Amino acid sequence: MKRKLIATAIAAVLAGSASLATAQQGKLSGDAVKIGVLTDMSGLYADYGGPGAVAAARLAVQDFGGKMFGKDIVVVNADHQNKPDVAKNVAQQWFDREGVDISVENLNSAVALTVQALAKEKNKITITTGAATARLTNEDCAPANGIHYLMDTIALSNVVGKAIVKDGGDSWYFLTADYAFGHSLEKDTSEVVRSSGGKVNGAVRHPLGTSDFSSFLLQAQTSGAKVVGLANAGGDTVNSIKAAAEFGITRRQNLAALLMLVTDVHAIGLNTAQGLYLTEGWYWDLNAETRAWSDKFSKVMNGRKPNSNHASVYSATMHYLKAVQAAGTDDTAAVMAKMKEMPINDMFAKGGKIREDGRMVHDMYLFQVKKPSESKGTWDYYHLRGTVKGDDAFQSLAQSRCPGIKK
Amino acid sequence: MDQIFGVPVQAFMGQLMLGLVNGSFYAILSLGLAVIFGMLNIVNFAHGALYMVGAFFAWMLLNYAGLNYWFALLLAPLAVGLIGVIIEKTMLRWLHGLDHLYGLLLTFGLALLLEGLFREFYGSSGQPYELPEVFRGGFDLGFMFLPKYRAWVVFASIFLCLAVWYVIEKTKLGAYLRAGTENPNLVKAFGINVPLMVTLTYAFGVALAGLAGVMAAPIYQVSPLMGSNIIIIVFAVVVIGGMGSILGSIITGLALGLVEGLTKVFYAELSSTVVFIIMVIVLMVRPAGLFGREK
Amino acid sequence: MSTANRLVFAALVLALLVAPFVGYPIFLMKVLCFALFASAFNLLIGFTGLLSFGHAMFFGFAAYVSGHAAKVWGLTPELAILSGTASAAVIAVVTGWLAVRRQGIYFAMVTLALAQMIYFICVQAPFTYAEDGIQSIPRGALFGVIDLSSDTRMYYLVAAIFLIGFALIYRIIHSPFGQVLKSVRENEARALSLGYHVDRYKLMAFVLSGTIAGLAGATKSIAFGIATLTDVSWQMSGEVVLMTLLGGMGTILGPSVGAAIIVTMQNYLADLGSMVSIIMGATFVVCVLLFRRGIVGEIEYRLGKRSS
Repeated sequence: MKRKLIATAIAAVLAGSASLATAQQGKLSGDAVKIGVLTDMSGLYADYGGPGAVAAARLAVQDFGGKMFGKDIVVVNADHQNKPDVAKNVAQQWFDREGVDISVENLNSAVALTVQALAKEKNKITITTGAATARLTNEDCAPANGIHYLMDTIALSNVVGKAIVKDGGDSWYFLTADYAFGHSLEKDTSEVVRSSGGKVNGAVRHPLGTSDFSSFLLQAQTSGAKVVGLANAGGDTVNSIKAAAEFGITRRQNLAALLMLVTDVHAIGLNTAQGLYLTEGWYWDLNAETRAWSDKFSKVMNGRKPNSNHASVYSATMHYLKAVQAAGTDDTAAVMAKMKEMPINDMFAKGGKIREDGRMVHDMYLFQVKKPSESKGTWDYYHLRGTVKGDDAFQSLAQSRCPGIKK
Repeated sequence: MDQIFGVPVQAFMGQLMLGLVNGSFYAILSLGLAVIFGMLNIVNFAHGALYMVGAFFAWMLLNYAGLNYWFALLLAPLAVGLIGVIIEKTMLRWLHGLDHLYGLLLTFGLALLLEGLFREFYGSSGQPYELPEVFRGGFDLGFMFLPKYRAWVVFASIFLCLAVWYVIEKTKLGAYLRAGTENPNLVKAFGINVPLMVTLTYAFGVALAGLAGVMAAPIYQVSPLMGSNIIIIVFAVVVIGGMGSILGSIITGLALGLVEGLTKVFYAELSSTVVFIIMVIVLMVRPAGLFGREK
Repeated sequence: MSTANRLVFAALVLALLVAPFVGYPIFLMKVLCFALFASAFNLLIGFTGLLSFGHAMFFGFAAYVSGHAAKVWGLTPELAILSGTASAAVIAVVTGWLAVRRQGIYFAMVTLALAQMIYFICVQAPFTYAEDGIQSIPRGALFGVIDLSSDTRMYYLVAAIFLIGFALIYRIIHSPFGQVLKSVRENEARALSLGYHVDRYKLMAFVLSGTIAGLAGATKSIAFGIATLTDVSWQMSGEVVLMTLLGGMGTILGPSVGAAIIVTMQNYLADLGSMVSIIMGATFVVCVLLFRRGIVGEIEYRLGKRSS
């Protein structure tokens, strides 16, 4: 019937033009350097990376001079909402349609794994700072495309795990975020605890972004372990610690925050967080150089100080740009070779080096959170309790389970 | 006896206690839903979002106006109730003669809208809400440390639920409401303003949700996602209890909170699913719900 | 099929053939998968009058099974997709049998709760990897010979699957079975009094709808290489309702139009995060209040008014 025919024809045209509309945007750019910052802008990990990570990347571009071979360097960013499928979608469009050359930050481990696999497939570069799963340089490594820049679960457990067991915390119970990162952290810390002579009483898995930890902490309490290990990060860690304080867990047990950054301490407050041991790859108040950069960051971020993730985004972006300059091209293989060849000596790390398997090795620091009486003001939160050399903290190349590299 | 069914008493009683706290929230929320459905035949998908709005309102009162928890307990439900009035008068009213499914779809859309708006302005990780001073600390019950605030939540919710039930089932006002749903024309003929009653009932139902939100603020993060996290479970509670039954939803809410808590002790992985399993069983055996009347 | 419809179908096929040269294949594949999903959903709401608020369970679970089949069992893509679809069919039979006993709102609530059960099963089951999802699902080689790693070739497979599913839905609607479904939608009591086993017809419609939705999900996971909890979430169930409502419930092309618009919007506004929810919510509200026929439905209605 004619009516139906016209109706369906119009419908088809509408559907068709809706789809084609987006097809026209995004031309492949040949020789402009385009950097993509893929992060969580407003969710669970927004303080960890988020707008701070984007700001850090832009600062790096700015300090580099803003131009590469006469063309403007472009920084784009996207919010993946902590969902690997959204992240994959964005990264695919970036690599396929918008000529983005490198994806930086990639926070959360599930996202990082997806993006690294994609970068391998599309022959692009990815530098991960905001994820900790050690699989990035082991089972799921991509030596020709992916770099893991900031700490990983092995380094975290090596530094914090060993320190706490040495201190007498020899029985553990884990509160684990139920995804790649949490599982990695729990596994690696358990290994460290056992090899240091301790034992693991058990673990409970919680969904990412849980707001009420009461029932999980209750299980931790009944396990009788001396230490409750928090194998989670960001908002989850903050909420776990708050709930532990509310339920008086800390009266009889010790909390170990396996991944905590200075922004988390800021969210919890010194009252609740005091005494906690943690490890980071960097701190804003380490020396004059770090303080100077932190001031620059603060100015564009409403007075907030940077955490180690932000600092590493800056350093990684700068290193990438320098490598492109040295290589004379943004071709993936050439740039990756240069990045591994050049050492990293900036406010983030001294004598840092990127290995065959994509692992960036740098020093790690053991910190303890100050008591409120010891702090001279906001953001003055840490005592430096020790420095662990990169080669001691990270897994050695010989132990790496990355297939296809020369060890 | 140190163990019950092979589990330490501490764990058992502790999880039961926590289950009771959760159950209190389920009870208040399903109460509001049941009132709205029983009176208006609308499945209010926006209930979770309005619960979230209540919590945010409490947070805003504290952070922007310096008004504490006790003010919030009074003002937030009023504000949410006002929003309910607006929703009913401007949108739900148009759907009166239509298939009930449209009411569900409309409120679903509203839920998305509200959640999106708050996510846009406040991010999704949540804001902390300080426990009021008087509730800090807790009781050491031996088998667990019970924070004072959680005890307050349980008592306040039970009291509130019973009060509402009493009003609806035992007072003249309640009788008007029930009559108005059964036969609006007849009730109108008696000179009672039925449209006004409908609006106020919706407003009251969502005000209950707003109140629950204020009570939830110190315990759960005040986050735009808090509504969608809880709403599906509350729906299941209402279906199990019987979609129009006030008493049914109160009892079922509390009971299911306890069941969830118990499941966490024995088989933790099942705890999120057990409510739905029970729902399926109930629907097969008693399709109208445990306390419901087939409509 | 009437000549007019044959022409439209031919035009559709032509457009699909040409599309990858004008548009971005990955994006087009997404539109097609969701168009099939919405069309399957429409079979239930538009033609049988049953609102299922848990259709994501078919879409997402099939995505998981298909992904697992391709990645872990090493099945070729067509077998993987078939296993995904089969799993959706099984779920549809079981959940359908439970849900069909109830009507209207109760039916919707039951489907919602059943879908949540499936969601939590997916969270717990080891093979789904919870928050990480199943990643790096290989595309493999179709029938063991045709390598699908090229996006364009994968697109043609997806387009073919879409056309098959779409044609199937068309046949169902225009068959005697479809007529009975429409009568159930119009007046269930009368259909019952005429001697039809209404419950059996509803169950059949439910199973068909769920199975085709599963086909869409299974295809999606092979095409995009990833299956996550998002695919089984109730928000996904809500999205497919919106696509169908916006496009036009009870029309043949409506759901596909709705799907195209929603997917496009999500793409454009991706970097604005929450705006997507706000606009979708607002669209829902506007559609329910003022625009119940949906786009295609509205067009058909206007054309009908003019010609009569």
